[in-house]
Amino acid sequence: MRNYEVTFIVDPVLSGDEIKTTAQTYLDMLANEGCTIVYTDEMGLRQLAYPINKRSSGVYFCIEFQSVDGTVIDKLELALRRDERIMRFLTAALDKFGVKYNADKREGKIGASKKRIKPITTLEPIAPPAPVTPHESSTFVPKVKEEAAVETTVSDVSVPEATVAEDVSAQTETVETTSSTEE
Amino acid sequence: MATKDDIKFLSNPNIGSQKKKYCRFKKFGIKYIDYKDADFLIQFVNEQGKILPRRITGNSLKYQRKIATAVKRARHLAMMPYVADLLK
Repeated sequence: MRNYEVTFIVDPVLSGDEIKTTAQTYLDMLANEGCTIVYTDEMGLRQLAYPINKRSSGVYFCIEFQSVDGTVIDKLELALRRDERIMRFLTAALDKFGVKYNADKREGKIGASKKRIKPITTLEPIAPPAPVTPHESSTFVPKVKEEAAVETTVSDVSVPEATVAEDVSAQTETVETTSSTEE
Repeated sequence: MATKDDIKFLSNPNIGSQKKKYCRFKKFGIKYIDYKDADFLIQFVNEQGKILPRRITGNSLKYQRKIATAVKRARHLAMMPYVADLLK
């Protein structure tokens, strides 16, 4: 058994019923040839990246099917080529990874393209901001701006005010000295 | 007088220590590249819609070939443009 996938674009000028019947004729044809149809994806009306036959949009269909051998492909492609309602088609053979990918996509395991890559990078949970323990806050004091730091430590009470005040004063002193040297 | 320590930061310190490129398909175990997924494939073309070389994307040869095939299929199905301007 070989796996294939045929994607074709149907002329959007046709009515909704005609588009449906166009797709159905190929489904019937494949079924008559002894293929098992795995899945039919109606991708719907999409904007084309460039105009084909002076049309700027098209109705996309994708049929995934299994065939015993490849003889059906010739018949299918000939029929597609002769059909005026079909603007473009592409038949592709699927390897085992392609079959698995399509199966996963149907089950919703694979989402949009961006999600396909990002889950792995975002799997490591971004550590939520840990509740500020008094110990941590005391270590942070010298680095944070003076006023805010002093307020937090005062509310936490763990650090005696005097030491904080000393730290702050020491910092301000150093700042002053540096500025003076720059001058 | 500017000492040696001051001069150190006049130039961008990140120059010269560039991140190593890697093949995302090998790293994340992606085995199949879908030609119908134009949003994904657009990462591998430049603004004119040309396929980016391996030395820029960092893909391994195996997956660069698959990317090229997928992009060409997507172009045939008008999901991606053959020629474009300001694609991104």
